[in-house]
Amino acid sequence: MFEQYVQDYTTVAAFAFLGLFLVGAGVGLSKVVRPHNPTPTKNSPYECGVDPVGTGWSQTHIRYYIFALLFLIFDVEAVFIFPWAVQLETIGMFALVEMLIFIMILIAGLVYAIRKGVLKWE
Amino acid sequence: MIVNFWVTLGIKMALVLGVMLVGALVSIFGELKISAHMQSRIGPYFAGGRWGWAQPLADGLKFIQKEEIIPDTVDVRVFKLAPYVVLMGTMAIYVVIPFGPDMVAGNLDLGVFYVLAISSISTVGVLMAGWSSGNKYSLMGGLRAAAQLIAYELPLVLAVVGVVILAGTLSLNGIVEAQAQWQWFGVTPEWLNVIPPYLILQAVGFAIFLTASLAELSRTPFDMPIAESELVMGYLTEYSGLRFTMFFLGEYAGMVALAAIASTLFLGGYWLPFVSDDLLNFIGPVVLITKIALLVFLFIWMRWTFPRLREDQLQQLAWRILIPVALANIVVTAVLKVVF
Repeated sequence: MFEQYVQDYTTVAAFAFLGLFLVGAGVGLSKVVRPHNPTPTKNSPYECGVDPVGTGWSQTHIRYYIFALLFLIFDVEAVFIFPWAVQLETIGMFALVEMLIFIMILIAGLVYAIRKGVLKWE
Repeated sequence: MIVNFWVTLGIKMALVLGVMLVGALVSIFGELKISAHMQSRIGPYFAGGRWGWAQPLADGLKFIQKEEIIPDTVDVRVFKLAPYVVLMGTMAIYVVIPFGPDMVAGNLDLGVFYVLAISSISTVGVLMAGWSSGNKYSLMGGLRAAAQLIAYELPLVLAVVGVVILAGTLSLNGIVEAQAQWQWFGVTPEWLNVIPPYLILQAVGFAIFLTASLAELSRTPFDMPIAESELVMGYLTEYSGLRFTMFFLGEYAGMVALAAIASTLFLGGYWLPFVSDDLLNFIGPVVLITKIALLVFLFIWMRWTFPRLREDQLQQLAWRILIPVALANIVVTAVLKVVF
């Protein structure tokens, strides 16, 4: 059992490494073949051909941070839902009612967020 | 035993790498050709002689020879690391895709959950690419991509829960077997399951899963992160040469991977009726690849059918429609499962 576990996750690690290796090999191969001839103009950041204005890390309104917060709540919920979904048949009615209450609370939260207008952009 | 394990692992890695690369190249070629025909063009014609089949290969070879321009303003280390992270996440999905009863690199107990977790690693790579480029378009594109990927991650995850409830397992092999053994009211003959039972029972889940995978792949109609007409190429703007190719490859490899997951979860995967497990190890891959090809065609088709959504419409679609519908789907499935 434990051996199987180790083997499975060794496979995962090997595949992740294969992904890294693929990029590394490609970039390495290309490094041998490609020309390398930088000039100041070529190395300026792309802004449709005009000289760039200010820095690239300009101030941006990150409207999306609120979605990140919502996401966090729902993602944790998803983690709880999976074990429940697997065991639903064995536990039966009790699990069902329990999870209904849980989902209701979450939907209430989502409705509150929508009513509060976090999804509306003016 | 241990030596045996490493040899098998090597063979698996070679096979899966082959499937991934060929799958990605064929999807790129399919995209070029199908897009062309849908727009009354011919598409690639010369490379390789017939139908221009060698076009993706020729593109790849050309990209290898291209100079890589790294602008002065970029955060070099993060900039260089980003494609590694993206491709690592995509490659790791392939571990659990079952091509046959024993044709799977690693039949993890956590199967589905592992796929959903590991596929979010690419998001980090995309955000790294957008942030490190030191370019306004890239920054906007990276932020949009991150917001979109997390918003559609949820419907994707919740749509899968319905399947998990029906199958009672998280292992992808287990889910395929559960579909093969599905019984309508306890009496169904085996051959009827050729019509995938979960496609009917989880039709809503399947629709949500497909929509969310389109968004996860940043394909039209959800391609705000790389909207050409406003953001040039989004987070890919400053990438050139082979690093750009790697993002490109990762995108198509991701498309094949998600299509494979969707076919396994909803379309019955490798299974065929009246075929023994031994034979399924040979026929299974063909069956699965046919289903993958169908779904990839569907993805390409959708690109030329729907117009792009505006950024706020995109978020509204995820939070107002897909997530509540996915939750309702879970509740209905769970109630039906417990009652019947």
